[in-house]
Amino acid sequence: MPKTIKNKFVRGLSGLAHKQIFIPFVALMLLVIINLIADPSFFSITLGTNSAGYPVLSGNVVTILNNASELAILAIGMTLVTAASGGQDISVGATIAISGSVVLRVLCGTSTQVTTLQAPIIVAFLISCVVSMFFGAFNGVLVAKFKIQPMVATLILFTAGRSIAAWINNNRLPIVSDATFGYFGNFIPGCPIPTPVFIAAACMIVIALVLKFTNLGLYVQSVGINAQSSRLNGINPAFIKFLTYVILGLCVAVAAFIKVSRNATINYSVVAKDIEMDAILAVALGGNALSGGKFSISSSVIGAYVIQFLTTTLYSFRVQSDALSAYKAVVVIILVVLSAPIVREKLSEVWKKIAPKKAVKEAN
Amino acid sequence: MKKLITLLLVLALAVAMVACGSATDGDSDGDALIKVGIINNDPNESGYRTANDRDMKETFTEENGYDASFFYSLRNEEQIAAAQTFVQEEVDYLLISAAGTAGWDTVLQDAQAAGIQVILFDRTIDADDSLYVASIVSDMALEGKTAVDWLAGQGLSEYNIIHLQGVMGSAAQIGRTGALDEMVAGNANWKLVTQQTAEWNAENAQQIVQSVIDSGESFNVIYAENDDMARGAVAALDNANISHGVGGDVIIMGFDCNKWALEELLAGNWNYDGQCNPFQAAYIDEIIKNLENGVAPAQKVVIMEEKGFDATTITQEDVDNYGI
Repeated sequence: MPKTIKNKFVRGLSGLAHKQIFIPFVALMLLVIINLIADPSFFSITLGTNSAGYPVLSGNVVTILNNASELAILAIGMTLVTAASGGQDISVGATIAISGSVVLRVLCGTSTQVTTLQAPIIVAFLISCVVSMFFGAFNGVLVAKFKIQPMVATLILFTAGRSIAAWINNNRLPIVSDATFGYFGNFIPGCPIPTPVFIAAACMIVIALVLKFTNLGLYVQSVGINAQSSRLNGINPAFIKFLTYVILGLCVAVAAFIKVSRNATINYSVVAKDIEMDAILAVALGGNALSGGKFSISSSVIGAYVIQFLTTTLYSFRVQSDALSAYKAVVVIILVVLSAPIVREKLSEVWKKIAPKKAVKEAN
Repeated sequence: MKKLITLLLVLALAVAMVACGSATDGDSDGDALIKVGIINNDPNESGYRTANDRDMKETFTEENGYDASFFYSLRNEEQIAAAQTFVQEEVDYLLISAAGTAGWDTVLQDAQAAGIQVILFDRTIDADDSLYVASIVSDMALEGKTAVDWLAGQGLSEYNIIHLQGVMGSAAQIGRTGALDEMVAGNANWKLVTQQTAEWNAENAQQIVQSVIDSGESFNVIYAENDDMARGAVAALDNANISHGVGGDVIIMGFDCNKWALEELLAGNWNYDGQCNPFQAAYIDEIIKNLENGVAPAQKVVIMEEKGFDATTITQEDVDNYGI
C-alpha cells in the first residue's frame, strides 16, 4: 500500500478522534456492539398492524427513534443555551408541564373529558408555543439582563413550574378522547413510522437551515467564548443570550406537544420528570463545553439518541428501572473523565506515540 | 409610691378587662365555628390527591360549622413546621395526612398539651397512638390482596405477569406489590415476566411493556399499580395489535378508580380497577361532631371501605359514584 494513502488514513483517523462528534459516535457504536453480541435480535424490525388495523413498524430501534424525539428536540435548544450563556436551563421539565397543560386547557376548555375538541389542535399548539416562549423569555431576561447564573435563574421555574401547570387546569387532569390528537405522539393512520420521528427530523432540518443561512451560530459561539469582545465587535450579547432561551422555549413547546399527545392526558408531577438532566447529559455527551463557547448541535442530538439507546438497552436486559439513573451516572463519570483536559492530553500523547510507529511499520 | 401602686392596679384592671373581652369574643366564635387546621400533601400530586383535597374543602366549610385552614406540602419537615404553627394558633382539631412517617412525636405532644385533638387521615405515622384520637386510612395491603384474589379467581392455567410498580418505597407500592409477590412465590403457575417501577408514569410504563413485546416473551396479565401506568401499557399493546380487556388475550389491572379508567372498564378495554378511597372527609366530620358531643370514636383506626371493580359487572352508576 502506498505510504501516502496510509498516512492520510491514519491522520484522518486521528483527526476524527479530535472531532467533537467522535465521543457520542463511539458511545453509540459501543452500545450497538454490546447489543449485537448480547442479542442480535435486538435490532430486528417488524412490520405489523396496530389494533386499529393500520400498519406500524415495531422493534427496539423504532422504540429508540420514537422515544428519543423529545430529548433530541430539547437537546437542540439546550446546546444553544449552553453555548451562549455558559449555563444550563434546569426548568425544561417543569415548562413542559406548563406547555402541555396549556395545550389541554385550550383543547378541553373547562371540562375534564371531551369528545369534541373545543379548539383546533393547531391553535392549541400555537398558543402553547407562545406561552412556552414567554417562559423562555422570562429565564432569558433573568440570565441576560440581570446576569443571574443560569442554573439559579431557572431554578425559579424548576420549583414553581409544575404548580403553575396544575393551576392552569385548575388542578384537574383533563383527558382528550379525540383520536386525531393522538396522531402527533403515536402514528398517523397508514404511516408505519411513529410521528414524533418526523417532528424531531423537521426540527433538526429547521435548525440546520437557520444555522446555515443566518449568523446565529457564529454569534452564539462568539458570545459564549467572550461576551466582552463580541460586544466590541458589534454583537449584543444580552440579546443573543435572551434569544437562545426563547428558542429553547420553542423546543420545549414542541416536546411538550408530543408528550401530551402520546397519552392524550397529563400528570403534572411526573410528566417529563428529570428530562432536564437528560437534556444536559445529551449536551455533555455531545462533547460540548458546559461552560459555553464552541458547540455542535448534531453531536448533542446524537447524544440524546445515545441516552435513549442506553435506556432501551437496559430495559431489554431487564435492569430494574429505578437503577437506570445509576447507569447513567456511570456514563457521566466516564465522559467527564474523558473530556478532562489532562486526560485528553495524555491520550493524544499516547496516540501520537502509536500512530507514527504504526505508519512506519506499515510502510516497511 | 401610692401613686405607682394605683397606676399598676388600674393597668392590671384594664388588662384584665381587655382579656375578658377578647376571651368572651373567642368563646362566641368557638361556639359558632370549629377551628380545624388541615395538613395535606400537594393536591396536584395525583388524581387521588386532587379528589381528596376537593372532598376536604367541600366538607369543612363555614356552612358545616368549620373554620378551616389548609396547608400543603410533600415535605415532612414543612408539614411539621405547619403543624407547629397550627398549635400556636390554637386550632380545635388538627387533621394530618403526613408526607413521611417519622418525626411527629414532639409536635403531637405539644398539641396534646394544648388540648388539640389530632386526627390522622390517609396516611399513618410512627407515633404512640395515645397522641391522636383517630386515624382514617386506606389499607394498601388489602387493596393489593383484593386485586390479586380477583386475579386468582379468573382461573387462568398460567399467569405470566408484567408488574408495573409505583415509586419504590411509597405505601401504595409496598402494599400492592406485597400481595402479588406473595402469590407469585406460593404458586408455580404464577410467573413475573418483568417487575419494574414505572414511577407512576404512563410513558415509562409504555416503554417497559414495549421492551417486553420487542423481546418476544409472552404474557397474559398486566398488573399496574395505578391507572396512568395501565394506560401507558395499553397504548403499547394497541400498537402491537395485542388484544386486551374482556375476552382479550391480556388482562389489564389498574388502581385508583379515575373516572376515565372506570369508563375503560365499562367499555371492556380493561378488566379490573382497585379503588383507593380518597373520601375520608365524611368520616372525619362524623368523628369531630361526635367528639363535640362528648362521644369518643368507637375505634381508633378506621379502615376505609374500598372496592374492586370488575369490567364484567361494573355499571354506569359505579362510574358516576366512584370515579374520581
